[in-house]
Amino acid sequence: MSFAHLISVIGDNAIAGVLGIPLISILVLAFLPSYRAAAALNIAASFGSLIAALALFGADPFANDLFLIDSFNIYMIALNCFVAFTTSVFSASYIEHELETGRLTPPLMRFYHAMYQAMIGAMNLAFVSNDVGLMWVGVEIATLVTVMMVGLYRTPAAIEAAWKYFILGSVGIALAFFGTILVYLAAQGTLGEGLPALAWTRLQAAAGHFDPSLLSLAFVFFLVGYGTKVGIAPLHAWLPDAHAEGPTPISAVLSGLLLNVAMYALLRFKMILSANTEALHPGPIMITMGLASLFFAAFMLYKQQDIKRFFAYSSIEHMGIITFAFGMGGPLANLAGLMQMTMHSLTKSGIFFTVGHIAQAKNSQRFDDLRGLSVSHPHLAWGLAMGVIAICGLPPFGVFTSEFYVLSSAFDKAPFLTLLLALGLLIAFGAMLMRLQDVLFGTPSAVNHRDTASHIPLFVHFSLVLLAGVYLPKPLLHWFQQTAALLP
Amino acid sequence: MALDLLPPIAAQIGQMILVILVAPLLIGVIRKTKARLLCRVGASIFQPYLDLWKLMVKEIVPAHNTSWIYRVAPYVVFSTTWVAAALVPTFATGLMFHGAADLVAIVGLLATARFALALAGMDVGTSFGGLGASREMMISALAEPAMLMVVFTLAMLAHTTHLAAIATFLAHQPIGLQLSLMLVFLTFIAVLLAENGRIPIDNPATHLELTMVHEAMILEYSGRHLAVIEAAAALKLVLYFSVFLCLFAPCGIVTSLESVPAILEGFVLYMAKLLLGGVALAIGETCVAKMRVFRVAEFLGAGLVLGLLAVLLLFASEGVR
Amino acid sequence: MTNLTFDISHFLAGGMLVLSFVILYQDRLSSLLNTFAMQATVLAAAVAWQAQVQHAPHLYVTAVIALVFKAAIIPAALRRIMVKLGIHREIEPVVGVGVTLLAGVGLAALSILLLYPVTADAQAFTREDLAFALAVVLLGLLTMITRHNAISQIIGFMSLENGLVLAATGANGMPLVVEISVAFSILIAFLIFGIFVFRMRERFDTVDIHALDRFRKGRA
Repeated sequence: MSFAHLISVIGDNAIAGVLGIPLISILVLAFLPSYRAAAALNIAASFGSLIAALALFGADPFANDLFLIDSFNIYMIALNCFVAFTTSVFSASYIEHELETGRLTPPLMRFYHAMYQAMIGAMNLAFVSNDVGLMWVGVEIATLVTVMMVGLYRTPAAIEAAWKYFILGSVGIALAFFGTILVYLAAQGTLGEGLPALAWTRLQAAAGHFDPSLLSLAFVFFLVGYGTKVGIAPLHAWLPDAHAEGPTPISAVLSGLLLNVAMYALLRFKMILSANTEALHPGPIMITMGLASLFFAAFMLYKQQDIKRFFAYSSIEHMGIITFAFGMGGPLANLAGLMQMTMHSLTKSGIFFTVGHIAQAKNSQRFDDLRGLSVSHPHLAWGLAMGVIAICGLPPFGVFTSEFYVLSSAFDKAPFLTLLLALGLLIAFGAMLMRLQDVLFGTPSAVNHRDTASHIPLFVHFSLVLLAGVYLPKPLLHWFQQTAALLP
Repeated sequence: MALDLLPPIAAQIGQMILVILVAPLLIGVIRKTKARLLCRVGASIFQPYLDLWKLMVKEIVPAHNTSWIYRVAPYVVFSTTWVAAALVPTFATGLMFHGAADLVAIVGLLATARFALALAGMDVGTSFGGLGASREMMISALAEPAMLMVVFTLAMLAHTTHLAAIATFLAHQPIGLQLSLMLVFLTFIAVLLAENGRIPIDNPATHLELTMVHEAMILEYSGRHLAVIEAAAALKLVLYFSVFLCLFAPCGIVTSLESVPAILEGFVLYMAKLLLGGVALAIGETCVAKMRVFRVAEFLGAGLVLGLLAVLLLFASEGVR
Repeated sequence: MTNLTFDISHFLAGGMLVLSFVILYQDRLSSLLNTFAMQATVLAAAVAWQAQVQHAPHLYVTAVIALVFKAAIIPAALRRIMVKLGIHREIEPVVGVGVTLLAGVGLAALSILLLYPVTADAQAFTREDLAFALAVVLLGLLTMITRHNAISQIIGFMSLENGLVLAATGANGMPLVVEISVAFSILIAFLIFGIFVFRMRERFDTVDIHALDRFRKGRA
């Protein structure tokens, strides 16, 4: 058996890995009494999923009626599993502190770890499914699980946030499901009844024959439904609360991953829509919503007093930029969008790791209580400074590269919109800088716990973003381009 | 020619006399049933005839400061209601006024009667009169559109607003399972209760409640005027019952005026259905309590929404067929 | 398709829509719950009828799930919660019933006007089921928006799910995966709701989400 053959065999079974490993670990974690062992197992399982995800690169692209592997989703799964893995490492040290301070109890910890894996598995399911309905199931499970995670602390604020998230999330999910039914109805005439009429790949191939008005209506439902999950304005109301009140590892996963899952679903649909020439053009709608999110979030940044809410609004801002980029369409804008998605995932989850440590060290999430960080916790101050500089899109970080691509691709098509985009970025930049200054300098506040948590995950993330900004390896760039070409 | 016209004219005159004669009887039956249900002996079922006769021969005591509206209103109310009642097929459909027996026309005639009565209520100038008039208007503002929804639904089904044609259609065409008809049925009952001032909207048996509606408007009337108004109210109830029977229990209605036995059979059947309806109404009224005035709008609003829904559902099913 | 077949399917789907309006109209929790149970029963009948008409025996499973789960177990459990919390006779303030109902009629008309033109090629019962289902979904949303009580919002959400199931069964031959998932999601949703309701009780001694708003104002 040759080496290449071996790789492809492993790759072909990797789908089972990315779905099976989380599934098995849910069962084990739900019954594991020791939280230390659970945290370790959580890391191991996440690592296993990551390996399986990387093995997917060796797989031949394939698609049956339920599952699909192409370069687009391999990339998403790999990103997903990587961030999930680093977050699990962060979570292990973070959650121990929560137990010490009594915010969580051992039974809740068991629940937390099991749900963590459930979330990862559900997101992987959404990525690998070729079936629109199956993808919906994945997104729905991921949503419901995160709702429970957001309410984990059981404080009134956490319950309110979870409730709001649940109500809005379920509304979004309901509308998305209705959109799925409409897609099926549109496809049924051409593709026949049953599973084939809901397979993304078949849909895309046959989309030209579908009824354009039905397809357009389905897209509207998809946009509102999954758009709620992406958190683009005006459907974002749940997002800041959910980020602020849940455990910080969950905030990291929400921002870094769950928003991407929903965006992925929207992009898949956009691929179908663009295969039908008579259907609605989603570009202008997405551009409008993207810009609206950018401006709305940029202005809201100035108002925020809570550091996690602050970065939650920053996520809305970046989702706006990404929606804008994909709304523009074309090879360069798509490339920019994909890069922005990656960079945002890495940077934002890194920032949330830092914020989690800071909040634990200072025992508060309010900016007023966090002053003088450079004096009391220099490591964290460095981390936060790197993160904020990166997320603002300053060189030499990777976000700069991707935002530069977004701007230049937009300049090609619509110079006026580019100005608007740049203006929005500048407004957000101002808020970021103001807050960074607040936190880093000044007299340290009274509360200063020793920071014992591991700093490795956050610096790994920021180093990767830095590396991507300085030097993007040829194969990776080539592969970004290849995926961008898949998109309309 | 003249011979052809004879049966419709005879039937028309016969039915106009019939509704006048039967109206007090219906009221009597309802009162008697209610009394029996409350374990009272109650007055004879012919008591309303005696009451009307007594009022007819009594002296009129007009209220002070009233204008001609006050004096004319009772006759306007009675005549419009009677004309409306004449348009409704009772036991037979081939009436002379057939061509005019349009549901919308009936609704319009009844609205005229109500308008006259409300004016009279305000003309008196007492607070009760104005109160009753304004409440009556509030109720009609909801009951009339609800009634129109009933008309729309039936018109969509039968493709006509002629009551006789609708009755014939419903009696002889297979219409299948119609959800809209069931909803319209409920709406119509709500309208019937509201328009005739029955419980739970209004209590016809009281003169001394702050919440009364119909009685508040006619509080100052006496003698002949009162008799005419009471007769009109009874007539209106018969009218609504007849419309109800036409629409929802049209079986046995006579469509040709050729054979006398058939007409007799139809007549007996009609009387039986009418009195049965009276008994059912009495039972219903005994079972429920009167609503607060504020809830009336909600009750009728719900009826209106059901009517709207009926139209919508019918529209939906016609749209895909 | 014969007339009677269509009539029955129209009757059941329309019945669900009517019951959605009744849900919107109710202001007492226990009758709200009863109405929901009735709607779930009608849903089960509608799904079973589709199974019969489409010759799709797997839909019977969905019907049974709806009947057992939504019409029996969930209302019973919710009733237990209400008795436990001592709120079973509570009358909740509803934002202007008349306005809400008229808005509901508007939404129902909107869904018909939205879906009829685009589904011109589909079968009659599919078009109707889909339009009515969308109306039920939107009315469920309206219920959730106009109520301030956590349990009413739960019921609004589940009525919304009823609409989704109706839509899924109306589409000819929609794969089973989805239906099971819908049923399953209801289970999960219910679990979450149960947890929420109990936790809310723990924290506020009420299931009125105004309590949450009060808290919110205090924080901001």
